[in-house]
Amino acid sequence: MTDQTQNLGRSLLETDARTRKRNAAEARFKAFGVAAIAVALLALVVLLTSVVYNGASAFKQTYFELDIELPEAKLDKSGTRDLEVMKKVTTIGYAPILTAALEAAIEKAGIETTLDKKAIGGLISKEAAATVRNAVLANPEIVGTTQSFSILAEGRIDGYFKGRVTLESAALDSNTSPEALMLAQALADAGYADTKFNWAFLTAPDASDQRPEAAGLGVAILGSAYMMIVVLVLALPIGVAASVYLEEFAPKNRWTDLIEVNISNLAAVPSIVFGILGLAIFINFAQLNQSSPLVGGLVLTLMTLPTIIISTRAALKAVPPSIRDAALGVGASKMQSVFHHVLPLAAPGILTGTIIGLAQALGETAPLLLIGMVAFVRDYPAAYTPEAGLFGEASTALPVQVFNWTQRADPGFVERASGAIITLLVFLLIMNAIAIYLRRRFERRW
Amino acid sequence: MSLFKLTASSLAIAAVTATAAAARDNVQVAGSSTVLPYASIVAEAFGENFDFATPVVESGGSSAGLKRFCEGVGENTIDIANASRKIKDSEIAACAEAGVTDIVEVRIGYDGIVFASDINGNAFAFTPADWYNALAAELPVDGAMVANPNTNWSQVNANFADQPIMAFIPGTKHGTREVFEEKVILQGCEDSGAMEAILQINGGDEDAAEDACMAIRTDGLSVDIDGDYTETLARIEADNNGIGVFGLAFYENNTDKLQVATINDVVPSVESISSGDYPVSRPLYFYIKAAHLDVIPGLQEFADFFVSDDMAGPDGPLAEYGLVSDPELAATQEAVANRAVMGQ
Repeated sequence: MTDQTQNLGRSLLETDARTRKRNAAEARFKAFGVAAIAVALLALVVLLTSVVYNGASAFKQTYFELDIELPEAKLDKSGTRDLEVMKKVTTIGYAPILTAALEAAIEKAGIETTLDKKAIGGLISKEAAATVRNAVLANPEIVGTTQSFSILAEGRIDGYFKGRVTLESAALDSNTSPEALMLAQALADAGYADTKFNWAFLTAPDASDQRPEAAGLGVAILGSAYMMIVVLVLALPIGVAASVYLEEFAPKNRWTDLIEVNISNLAAVPSIVFGILGLAIFINFAQLNQSSPLVGGLVLTLMTLPTIIISTRAALKAVPPSIRDAALGVGASKMQSVFHHVLPLAAPGILTGTIIGLAQALGETAPLLLIGMVAFVRDYPAAYTPEAGLFGEASTALPVQVFNWTQRADPGFVERASGAIITLLVFLLIMNAIAIYLRRRFERRW
Repeated sequence: MSLFKLTASSLAIAAVTATAAAARDNVQVAGSSTVLPYASIVAEAFGENFDFATPVVESGGSSAGLKRFCEGVGENTIDIANASRKIKDSEIAACAEAGVTDIVEVRIGYDGIVFASDINGNAFAFTPADWYNALAAELPVDGAMVANPNTNWSQVNANFADQPIMAFIPGTKHGTREVFEEKVILQGCEDSGAMEAILQINGGDEDAAEDACMAIRTDGLSVDIDGDYTETLARIEADNNGIGVFGLAFYENNTDKLQVATINDVVPSVESISSGDYPVSRPLYFYIKAAHLDVIPGLQEFADFFVSDDMAGPDGPLAEYGLVSDPELAATQEAVANRAVMGQ
């Protein structure tokens, strides 16, 4: 009560020196808070702008629209349309046909160029020969006719239409020339080249260093999806079972304390350690396939389990004891009370934890390094084959693809890597949005 | 709940049992990050033109690749190891111990090592001796070893521009580092006469003198890059005084950002390297596990295709990317076709 006697005789609305000091301290603290958020936001904005600035163009791609003559004399000398014979003509044999088609288009459009035949052929992606060859092998009847194809333009030509390559940089570049870019521009003006949305970026497999324009995320997205299925199917039941037992049934003694400490510790173990473990157990001991999404999924399961267990236990703890008591009071067994009442009420929290754990696993690269998933993989992995088993075929994953592309020499891959980061961020955003929605929609508060 | 539990557990069991009898129908390759682009170009063309699955190519470095190669024989080990250097005797012994006794060595061509700096910076015409004087940890001066006093290129060679020394060289885990030390630093040590001076100081111990020659300064003017050439390029873009060590192929793909320095007045190119005029180059190899040749479908065909004229020849896509074609390619093709095993 001494405070009040001291303040007697002064209005409460009048601020004295001490109050001003306290108010100033509060204002300073708020300012620090705002500054901290501003720094964080600025970092995020800088990161996102640089990624989007570099990567947005990965979603567009330049194609040549050409009428390609498919001469029988070159593609099927026997004239029998026998696939085995026609396969002998490799993509190297198809390349001159494409160059001829482009030359014909240049002539038809009346464009003057000083480039030689080889340089004109260089405007076309090396992937294009495979596109045409696959079309011919899929339908041998088109040999001898003229077909219209949409074929990829070479990476630097593509970069020119997106602003990544300029006439100045091309003058210094040994892989292209300003003349080649001007020829491409003239072709585009004549309607033979077009830049359109790049679906292939999301569906096509990776491509080698000579064809950045053909590289896509198809295999990586498939591999990531397979791994997420494995993680979900294994980590969710094991994690929920472990936490229900620990939280609801296990006696509280030194052993359960020990387990609890270990689970918390595991959640903080660097992920590369799980990769080493996976290599030793799943590949060397259990003889599972290298580079397979199954092994990747198993490793990520180990990594995700602690996250799921911790969040599930928190969700179970949040269910008030009165619910359990009420269930037990009307004669339910312990198990009935848990499965009929506690678990459904804890479900939103469990699902949120699981999705966040999955999102974490989706962005993980380090453990996959050791089990052979950081690789050049071009064949789509099948979910099941009799030889390789379930999820046993080689694949990569989304973050791994980013890592791979950033190491490539061709500048075209910088754009691809940023595009892959955008794709990964979109997936993470969707998963986190689902988690937030589930929590909002089903969460109950007491 | 019970249905959910049933599906979950049965799926888990199915996953493990179905894979127990796993077999592989693709070729698995790992090793040098220098060979990786070449191997993936060949793998891509192989997948397009043959009825076999596209080989899976991993990087990770020559040593790591050869270590995995030597883990043993079986479908869960790799078939081919890429290397930017020759396999060591210790690695052959480790292989033999694990049961990998028959190894086919394939030399695919040569790779040039170039020095490049920012395209807007000063041009340089180096000799190996310049690099030795710029990067050695200690130099012999008047009969004693003293810490390298040079901090500016103009101190190293009066003809050079006034530019602080800042070198980005490959880290010790890279095969490129070994070539750099032997063909540039050691060579420069001998050329500049420092070798003899060191021998006089230490009393004629040649091994110690070589080690002294190849010791790189650690005072921050030479930076080890453990990542890839993309990292070296990023460091040069950040510090315009930097001079980096690159593979020829990497430089050729980034000529709009980098300018290359000559060595002994020779400009590095596929031609000058294959003629032997440009001194800093090294052979690239891959090693095949002979025991896998008839087990893994497509392995023999992939190896044949890799060294074929269509791929590794002077006009093939590998040469276009920057590989210096091997003049003895025909002999290599024959060796691969005959499965000529090392040491026999």
